[in-house]
Amino acid sequence: MSVLKLESKNFESEVLNSENVVLVDFYADWCGPCKMMSPVIESIAEELGEKVKVGKVNVDENQDLAIKYNVMSIPTMIIFKNGMAMKSFIGVTDKNDILKELN
Amino acid sequence: MNFKNLYDVIIIGAGPAGVSASLYTKRANKKTLIIHKNESNLQYAKRIENFYGFENGVSGKDLYEIGIKQAINLGIDVKEEELLKITQEENNTFKVTTTHNEYISKTVIIAIGTKKAKAKINGIQDFEGRGISYCAICDGFFYKNKNVAVLGSGNYALSETNDLLNIANKITILTNGEEAPEFRAENVDIITKPIEEIKGQNKVEEVIFKDKTNLKTEGIFIAQGTAGSTEIAKKLGLLLNSDKIVVNQKMETNIKGIYACGDCTGGLLQVSKAVYEGTIAGLQVINFLKDE
Repeated sequence: MSVLKLESKNFESEVLNSENVVLVDFYADWCGPCKMMSPVIESIAEELGEKVKVGKVNVDENQDLAIKYNVMSIPTMIIFKNGMAMKSFIGVTDKNDILKELN
Repeated sequence: MNFKNLYDVIIIGAGPAGVSASLYTKRANKKTLIIHKNESNLQYAKRIENFYGFENGVSGKDLYEIGIKQAINLGIDVKEEELLKITQEENNTFKVTTTHNEYISKTVIIAIGTKKAKAKINGIQDFEGRGISYCAICDGFFYKNKNVAVLGSGNYALSETNDLLNIANKITILTNGEEAPEFRAENVDIITKPIEEIKGQNKVEEVIFKDKTNLKTEGIFIAQGTAGSTEIAKKLGLLLNSDKIVVNQKMETNIKGIYACGDCTGGLLQVSKAVYEGTIAGLQVINFLKDE
């Protein structure tokens, strides 16, 4: 499954109302560590296919979402389940650690 | 950028791992620079009697100094400068910024050792990512027009403060009992009082000092002492495991062109292990540059 572009306007429908577990990557284009995390996020999306929805939030363009979910450091990855933020990973994180939580 | 400041490999650290790596890269005619701050845990080893080749053992201080002399005698550029940051550039190179210069390199070997443990302040770990940050350039964005603090008193703390000057409303440098640094800017205060703890509900809200006074703040940037492997790794996006840089058997990190070796990768804190890993890192850099 490809990585969704998440924004304030589609966050509720794609994440909060999703029947799937959703992995959301909060990032910015100017953030070096976010660039390191990006291929990891893409490979998780590919590996888990339909099982998990994976999306990215550009914090420059969607500051309201960053504030709402207390994102104060990037990259931050949050796993949402039934509309609730269940688990956060802050900073560059091992792919297996994220997969472990998603599985 | 001066051509003189362009390198094939820049090695951070002049201990057994860094110098061993440099011996291989230099002998393969790779333009090699070692940057070090003349400070290594090795210098504190009174006598090493379990390392090959010294019939009466050797003091750690002597071994460290011999290593640096060996590198210099081989014609390797060795500079005693404090590292401030390493950043990845657009053209697959890395910019290494020190207190004195900026250098560009095709590859970097991090052989920086481990930092001496700093006094533990309650709250730092609890609020990581919730007001505690290790990277002003990455996270400063979230503190636009807010009041923040920088914990530290050396050149590295001042470098982090500089990165926040045009973002934050007010910056307070917290030296935690250390002497105040020479630094003047309109929106910067310095507090030298020792810190008791960092408090908040869901995120950082205040710093409590040992004299029971407090400072309200929305974020604290950790920059104690010099930039160590943790700070460098977090800024670059290197994968860490319990503050040790994660490498594979080739000493490759998760960033192409960046290698790590010696104490900063964890495991045995032994000269022999550092020499082995430095050797691998040096040889791998040579291979990497060949494949370019």
